[in-house]
Amino acid sequence: MLQDKLKEGIRDGPEYAGTVTKYVFIESNHTTPDDLALHAYELAAPVMIKETCFGLQVTGDPADVEAVIARIREVDPSHIFVKDRGFPPGDARRCRANMGGARPGYFGHEAEAGVLRYVSYGLQRMYHGDSLSPSELEIIHPKERVELSNERLLEIFNRDA
Amino acid sequence: MNVYLKYSIVMREIMAKVFIYPTTSLILSDMVERLGHIPLGSALSVRDTVQQGGVEGIDSPPLNMTPDDAKRGLKWAAVEVPPGVRGRMSLLGPLIAEAEAAIIMDEPLAFGCMGCARTNELATFLLKEADIPVLELNYPQTDDEGFAFVMAIKEFLKGLEGGEQKAGDGNE
Repeated sequence: MLQDKLKEGIRDGPEYAGTVTKYVFIESNHTTPDDLALHAYELAAPVMIKETCFGLQVTGDPADVEAVIARIREVDPSHIFVKDRGFPPGDARRCRANMGGARPGYFGHEAEAGVLRYVSYGLQRMYHGDSLSPSELEIIHPKERVELSNERLLEIFNRDA
Repeated sequence: MNVYLKYSIVMREIMAKVFIYPTTSLILSDMVERLGHIPLGSALSVRDTVQQGGVEGIDSPPLNMTPDDAKRGLKWAAVEVPPGVRGRMSLLGPLIAEAEAAIIMDEPLAFGCMGCARTNELATFLLKEADIPVLELNYPQTDDEGFAFVMAIKEFLKGLEGGEQKAGDGNE
């Protein structure tokens, strides 16, 4: 159990071996990380919950974390996004409390956060039971890339020669 | 029944393992898990590396490279390929081998040094060469595209064997 591991304090081996850590991102006008933390604590599950500016980090045994995540998702299903994290929170190799300065990483999250609102809108409509025809789905698929023909390549060569 | 107990007995059914690219994508990881499947992202490999014994001395995450990683990468990249690519492939290669499907974002937000860029190219090439269903998508830029994005992933995952809706449609 995670609680037993926490009581052991500093150990020689890797920290929190056998546990999983999940990021919970909240992108909502109505729900704050504080709300999520309260719902997570209500379960009294044996997990470690860290509240952050973007949501939560939940660490514990896989089944416990899954139970907490399932409960949290109910709060605002369309605006809560969850992903795995490799490192446990506070890991000395990643935590800026030890490193100083800005924490490296989060660039991908920052970039994807810009389109989360569109995904949330799509999720809302999906939960509402709306559907799309196959032709309407095409707008999100990448367009076929047209290969450069030999003639066009020669044309470019001759033009630049 | 205690709420915690109620949720702790929710057991996952057998689901498809879906490789996501970019491998750190929050949106794809969430969508795959939300719709009842297992997302295979780099966090899983990094977690295994962090939690396995014998790597306590490694202090240069997120790479966590050891000489053995570069050797393991030889399975997916030739010996003349830089160790930066081979080391990263030691994280992604096992996931690609394990994947039963893949979702690849076009023009992804995955960026970084040349090691990352070449590894990304190799990873997407291996996924497209593998005999698994692959869904290629753009990032949505409007509400309508967002809806199409969600529905495209939903239809794709529904087509995978053993898939079932976890969050449930119309439950709200």
